[in-house]
Amino acid sequence: MFTYYLDLALRSLSRNKALTALMVLAIALGIGACMTTLTVLHVLSGDPLPGKSAQLYYPQLDPRDMDGYQPGGDPPSQVTWIDGMNLLHAKRADRQALMTGGAVPVQPAQSAIEPFFENARYTTADFFPMFDVPMLYGRAWSAADDEGSARVAVISRKLNDKLFQGRDSTGQTLRMNDVAFRVIGVLDQWRMSPHFYDLNSGNYAEDEGVYVPLTTAKDMKLARNGSTDCWGKGSDPDHMDTAPCVWLQFWVQLDTPAKAAAYKQFLVHYSQEQKALGRFQRPPNVRLPDVMGWLDYNKVVPGDVRLQAWLALGFLLVCLVNTVGLMLAKFLRRSSELGVRRALGASRREVFMQLLVESGVIGLTGGIAGLLLALLGLWLVRKQPSDYAALAHLDLPMLLTTFLLAVGATLLAGLLPAWRACQVTPALQLKSN
Amino acid sequence: MEIRPILASLRKHRIPALLIVLEIALACAVLCNAVFLIGARAGEIALPNAIDEQGLSVVTLTGADPDRAASEIPRNLDALRRIRGVREVAVLNTVPLSGNGWNSNFTTRPDMKPTDKGSINSNVYLMGEGAGRALGLRLTQGRMFTGEDYASASMGSSFMPETHVAIVNQRLAERLWPGQSPLGRKMYVNQYWYQVVGVVANVLRPKQAGAGLPGIYDAAFFPMQPTAELSYYVLRGAPADRERIARQAEDALSGLEPAAVAEGKTFVDIRGDYFSGAASMVWMLVLVCVVMLAVTAFGIVGLTSFWVAQRRRQIGIRRAVGARRGHILSYFRTENFLLSGAGVLLGMLLAFGINLYLMQHYEMARMPWYYLPAGAITLWLLGQVAVFGPAHRAAAVPPVEATRSA
Repeated sequence: MFTYYLDLALRSLSRNKALTALMVLAIALGIGACMTTLTVLHVLSGDPLPGKSAQLYYPQLDPRDMDGYQPGGDPPSQVTWIDGMNLLHAKRADRQALMTGGAVPVQPAQSAIEPFFENARYTTADFFPMFDVPMLYGRAWSAADDEGSARVAVISRKLNDKLFQGRDSTGQTLRMNDVAFRVIGVLDQWRMSPHFYDLNSGNYAEDEGVYVPLTTAKDMKLARNGSTDCWGKGSDPDHMDTAPCVWLQFWVQLDTPAKAAAYKQFLVHYSQEQKALGRFQRPPNVRLPDVMGWLDYNKVVPGDVRLQAWLALGFLLVCLVNTVGLMLAKFLRRSSELGVRRALGASRREVFMQLLVESGVIGLTGGIAGLLLALLGLWLVRKQPSDYAALAHLDLPMLLTTFLLAVGATLLAGLLPAWRACQVTPALQLKSN
Repeated sequence: MEIRPILASLRKHRIPALLIVLEIALACAVLCNAVFLIGARAGEIALPNAIDEQGLSVVTLTGADPDRAASEIPRNLDALRRIRGVREVAVLNTVPLSGNGWNSNFTTRPDMKPTDKGSINSNVYLMGEGAGRALGLRLTQGRMFTGEDYASASMGSSFMPETHVAIVNQRLAERLWPGQSPLGRKMYVNQYWYQVVGVVANVLRPKQAGAGLPGIYDAAFFPMQPTAELSYYVLRGAPADRERIARQAEDALSGLEPAAVAEGKTFVDIRGDYFSGAASMVWMLVLVCVVMLAVTAFGIVGLTSFWVAQRRRQIGIRRAVGARRGHILSYFRTENFLLSGAGVLLGMLLAFGINLYLMQHYEMARMPWYYLPAGAITLWLLGQVAVFGPAHRAAAVPPVEATRSA
């Protein structure tokens, strides 16, 4: 029966090509706009480390003085050097890493390449296993390298391609900031989006090209990129380790919710202890968001992207109402034909099914055309200069969503016209003919 | 035109009539909000900026040895001055719309703390000698900095300049001392104080901070001797030369500072980059609006055509009993007018509701009232244009149609 309905639908659709084209186009445009914006939203609000992100937490403390204190306020979004180092050495979590962003001048040995600036991350040994960073060659540094401020560096695959033509560069020397570093590891392809572990460098910034132990970076006064918030006597660029300023990010891995609860308790104790010592002045104000909680708190997904998604949804709605109207007109016009079918013994249900197949065909065609439009739309988005542009690709779940949305929406849009059209009284229609 | 027969006939076609009303309402609601957003973003893109944007080229120098800044900066400026077509050269800590902000909270009384409620977050522009001329600042009151101001100013702790003179934007002056003359007044940051010696026409900040978009003109200027913090070289020349000057200046600085990285750009490009997100949003919204209006218009054409086809016989009868083509034409026009009217009424309510929702969730401003009638009139006109074709076809139905069976 289905193939017969399909045949009927195709015949009916080809009878009035302009109307059919209009309906398909309306659906396609609505779906195309909707899928483009939803895909961008999906990509931007995605989990950067699926399966792992729920075990990664970002401890927040409040080490500030009483100036501007308001109960219930938010603690600073970074930590001081003293607190970061205390928490790092306490080793109360399964893994922990202290870090900040920076930029280093790279002075290639080959004279063919001009010196250039590379974004860098100054961090501690656990960074790599904690964030599941894949290694192509060599290894990351150890806690001993952190202690000894070793002159070692891990570089990204991209930088390795640029400087060493993709060869295994472990053991090679890399001059940065006029100091020789030994390359001990090369990362494989790795990009965290959002750039959750340090949002100061841009929510969707590319990952860094150079990774250097934090202590080494501090000893050599490598240039920092990021935000610094100070209070009291303010900052002293030369003594950032004692200045009353927050400027470091601290991440911990806690494998079970019980451990997370215990760690939060530890942070409260730590705050109380620091207050007893006179370092902290405010009552303990501790937070421990996980990766997704941290991204939510920082409202990482750009408001414009959400706005666009809402508008596209409104646009799809206009297109759908339009299709409902056109389909209703089309079905009602065929009242007499449907009357004949009913008189010849087709049940209301069968007529209804026939019309639904017809609207399904429109939905499917519109969906395919909409998918092509969405691909075009995403291509346009990738041409934009924003830092998330390159991420806008259609993945499998979104591909399926597109089809379900298209067919579901048109079937829904076909329901009312089909129901209305199968209400015809056969006798009346036959008589008027 | 008698509207009762139209209403009677619409009552018989409730669902199609309702659909047209709904479509117009939705289109009106989306249109009003989209156009409002377009206006807001376009307003941002066009924010005035009282510097010589067209003639400026900017080179950033990163990675130079901070300890040698005092001797290298004058040498670099000399080299840049020798580039053909360069009229003014100077160095600053940042430039408008660079994205690299230097924020500090200023107060108007020495006993107030920067964290107090009354303080105003402002950008700190540190200017090397001649930066006022190089940027093309427009002085409206007071004076620019003197050579002695520049020579005596040094970098203090907390990234604040050790000096006692400042120039402020008009806008910042109004916010700090509403209704009073700012000249000679003092502004404070903790232990530092600065006396206002001049006021300039509003210059944009490097990026939005503090009060957000309304605070985009909160900026103050301070003199500074050559120090490591000054790394934005600005060169002013004729607009036609700016691309070449940016390129040559980049080459010149790269040559002088082999270990550092120099990057040259015209200010026009810096502005374009800063607003690129807003610009692409505007294009996307314009596209959606145009396509949506087209879809709505075609929908009206389709439904009205169906209506006309369904009523050929009735139209023929009307024509046979004496109605002119004009009567038929105006029947369909009035019908569309009524449907659009209901649609835009509903649409304006919906548009208002959506705006309220967006205000709560997306820091949107309240939509001015005139957007609503403007959107309504647009859709009303659109309806009339769309109905034109089908109505003409209806009017062309000959009276003889009355004698034919359907």
